Amino acid sequence: MSEQSVAHPRASAIGAHVPLIDGIEKVTGRADYTADLDHHDALVGRIFRSPHSHARIVRLDVEKALALPGVIAIVTGEDCDVPFGVLPIAQNEYPMARDKVRYRGEPVAAVAAMDEAAAEAALALIDLEVEELPAYYHPDKARAPGAVDLHGDRPGNLERGVHHEFGDVAAGFEAADLVREGIFDCGEVTHVQMEPDASLAEYDAERDRLILHTCTQVPYYVHLHAAQCLGMDTSRIRVVKPHVGGGFGHRSETLNFEIITCILARAARAKVRMKLSREETFLTHRGRPNTRIKVKIGMTKDGRMTACACETIQAGGAYGGYGIVTILYSGALLNAIYDIPAVKFDGYRVYTNTPPCGAMRGHGTVNVRYAFESLLDEMAGELGLDPFEIRRRNLLKAPMETINGLRVESYGLPQCLDWVEQASAWAERRADLPKGKGLGLACSHYVSGAAKPVHWTGEPHAVVNLKLDFDGGVTVMTGAADIGQGSDTVLAQLVGEVLQLEIERVSVIANDSRITPKDNGSYSSRVTFMVGNAAIEAAEKLRGVLCAAAGRKLDAKPEDIECLGEIYRVRGGQDPGLSFKEVVEEALAHEGTITVKGTFTVPRSHQGGRYRGAGVGPSMAYSYAAVAAQVDVDSDTGLVTVEKIWVAHDCGFALNRLACEGQVQGAVWMGLGQALSEEIRYFKGLPLAPNMLDYRVPTIVESPHIEVELIESIDPNGPFGAKEASEGALAAVIPAVANAVTDAIGLRLHETPITPDRVITALVRSARDGRRDKPELGNTG
Amino acid sequence: MIMAKSILSLVLNNRRRDHAVADNMLLIDYLREVCGLTGTKMGCDGGECGACTVLVDDRPRLSCISLAHSVAGRRVETIEGALSDGRMSRLQRGFHEKLGSQCGYCTPGQIMAAEGLLRRNPNPDDDEIRQGLSGNICRCTGYVKIIESVRSAIEEAAP
Repeated sequence: MSEQSVAHPRASAIGAHVPLIDGIEKVTGRADYTADLDHHDALVGRIFRSPHSHARIVRLDVEKALALPGVIAIVTGEDCDVPFGVLPIAQNEYPMARDKVRYRGEPVAAVAAMDEAAAEAALALIDLEVEELPAYYHPDKARAPGAVDLHGDRPGNLERGVHHEFGDVAAGFEAADLVREGIFDCGEVTHVQMEPDASLAEYDAERDRLILHTCTQVPYYVHLHAAQCLGMDTSRIRVVKPHVGGGFGHRSETLNFEIITCILARAARAKVRMKLSREETFLTHRGRPNTRIKVKIGMTKDGRMTACACETIQAGGAYGGYGIVTILYSGALLNAIYDIPAVKFDGYRVYTNTPPCGAMRGHGTVNVRYAFESLLDEMAGELGLDPFEIRRRNLLKAPMETINGLRVESYGLPQCLDWVEQASAWAERRADLPKGKGLGLACSHYVSGAAKPVHWTGEPHAVVNLKLDFDGGVTVMTGAADIGQGSDTVLAQLVGEVLQLEIERVSVIANDSRITPKDNGSYSSRVTFMVGNAAIEAAEKLRGVLCAAAGRKLDAKPEDIECLGEIYRVRGGQDPGLSFKEVVEEALAHEGTITVKGTFTVPRSHQGGRYRGAGVGPSMAYSYAAVAAQVDVDSDTGLVTVEKIWVAHDCGFALNRLACEGQVQGAVWMGLGQALSEEIRYFKGLPLAPNMLDYRVPTIVESPHIEVELIESIDPNGPFGAKEASEGALAAVIPAVANAVTDAIGLRLHETPITPDRVITALVRSARDGRRDKPELGNTG
Repeated sequence: MIMAKSILSLVLNNRRRDHAVADNMLLIDYLREVCGLTGTKMGCDGGECGACTVLVDDRPRLSCISLAHSVAGRRVETIEGALSDGRMSRLQRGFHEKLGSQCGYCTPGQIMAAEGLLRRNPNPDDDEIRQGLSGNICRCTGYVKIIESVRSAIEEAAP
């Protein structure tokens, strides 16, 4: 390659629009997801689920089912008495229920059979006899005096109460000119990742070894829990993550069906394929809980916040899962977006007889942000301040440390606000909007990787291995789980950037526990930041090895060698230098196959304070977003149509502009679903909409254009300055839409989703009570 | 339960096929399990999400709620048939280059639905693209880049 062509910007350089490195597999149908893997010799696995919300198991008879021709094995709670759960301090879920069932749909037994028909017939013959217990579908009922304790060790079914106060909240409210309080209710929502859950487990009875392929965001946790529940040494288990059809948090903890598939495979001494139906995927859930938020804000008459108090109650479902982390996030991230001198948080995570909730995009922060930004808008209105102005008066000055010990190093929120105001032509547009239309604004933020890992092992937070061999290809080995967000592509880009190579020379091998280094997984938006930094370190080491080799060959010191990717030469010299291949040959001649390792660990300085619960919230960097929404409200039908969204997201630096835009658009749109139409409701513990027709995910027809601006605040610790890009904008969308609806109809709903029936009910009630701000529908701006 | 089988003959991705197929077998199971064409995805269990969309005589059809025998004698195309001479179709290139595909699971269905749309209407506007893809749910993209992907394919075809 000539020098001239090297000087051209690389197509895959950081900052460019780079298509996903596995995009061709996806658009041609060649990408293999778990259900696509070879299963011609596999047994069919199926799960028998509880038809009861809360009951003591009296008798479970599987004999008749087991006697059916074609049924190979049946397993029950008797087959595993070891609980699992993502938090080592809160493991209270068995793969299959043992003494009690605690929600409708909880796994009780599982069948491995020769075919679907035999498995189906076996399920019908399983006989479960129970003694019904009172069931609670709402936290108020679960917490009521005398309520039966779901787990026997949590009086009042309180999984975790959090009581934090930072700064002097009483004094803050005392100093305020205006104090307002609001109560907001958010419906339960779920991920609806497109790929239904599936696992393929193969047990080798001769060697007592197990291979599990599964659709997870956290192969390492699944590996640990499979070993724990099966009582097998971790070295006897191999976990592989194939292509995964989305996650959004559903797969950020080990799920019961994954362990069940392993238990079944061992019992059947065979390969078992478990494919859950869409309804079962809804039952597996782990989404965002039904939440009640009471938020109180004090401010001076010029709009400066003096204090905030927030109480949050979450209906967590029947098992612990991530619950403690969810409730802690709800409080911790009241901070680190605005300058609030005093913040009090009281959180209650309550067990209910519904499928377990867990992590979902924007984990723990979303519903609280909706309540906060709604009340903030109300108060701005009372003070006669524009929504932009009130937010600008409360901005942080980075770098800084919050009252609860979070360190904000980069802060692009002011630029986000500026762009959204200009792009939406806010003032002019708001003045010109016709009757029934409204504009709303809100802001939000999120972590770039939880600073404290869930499993504290003392190891680095991320490890990447690179291999360079005779073929001249650089192989990145990572345990980071690409679930469609494009993390493999970003890692290839980062390695390519350091080595100045196009990513055609770089391949990524990911998520095979036999080959790739351990990674904690894809959650809390940690991969680009943590694994990205580890990849940079590894690539720098490799560049060092190559520069040393080039130096030997060119008779120069390694530090005088200039790496131009396909060419290495002496800096400032006239020599044409060496080709990449020549440098690789020289390097291998001395060492053979080269492997290098890079690691990353969040320093102690950024791991938060020392109070109980301080481990949730700290991150090395926070992303920021501002969102404006324009809505139309039909006063006859109550239908809210979002016509346009403007979003600015501070992602530090856009390593891949195409992927960052896609992530921000996806986050905004997912927020729209929660704002307008998505909700899980239960009738006696039975989900009313466990399918994709009744659970209203927006279709392309009702999805507006989303205009994105990526703000680059260049974080001092991020990989080339990058931060989180896929969660932060979600939370702002819901209050932006809610504020726009209020702008359109002159009254505020305190519930999500903002469905037509809720809008009509609010309009009718308001008209009846005669307490409307204005005599007719219209724009209050 | 033993279900009667009969011979199903069709043209699948330009190739004539004859298989003994159970009378109650769904088209998606025939494609995936009998023919090994796993590009067609099951996203729901009843025609709710569009991930299983294939073309039958040029028109989009949900293979998860169609019996295999309902396409006897017809021309069926799946995502695997979209390549020509080993190269991607313009829609495949559009979805790849414009990031109309993130996790990729809905992508085969989106591309087949879009292919059906462009055969009916070679130059749809954005509203027509939205109508043409209204039965295909995507949970990753917010659809913005899906529309850009289809638009890019249309522009590639224009002289």
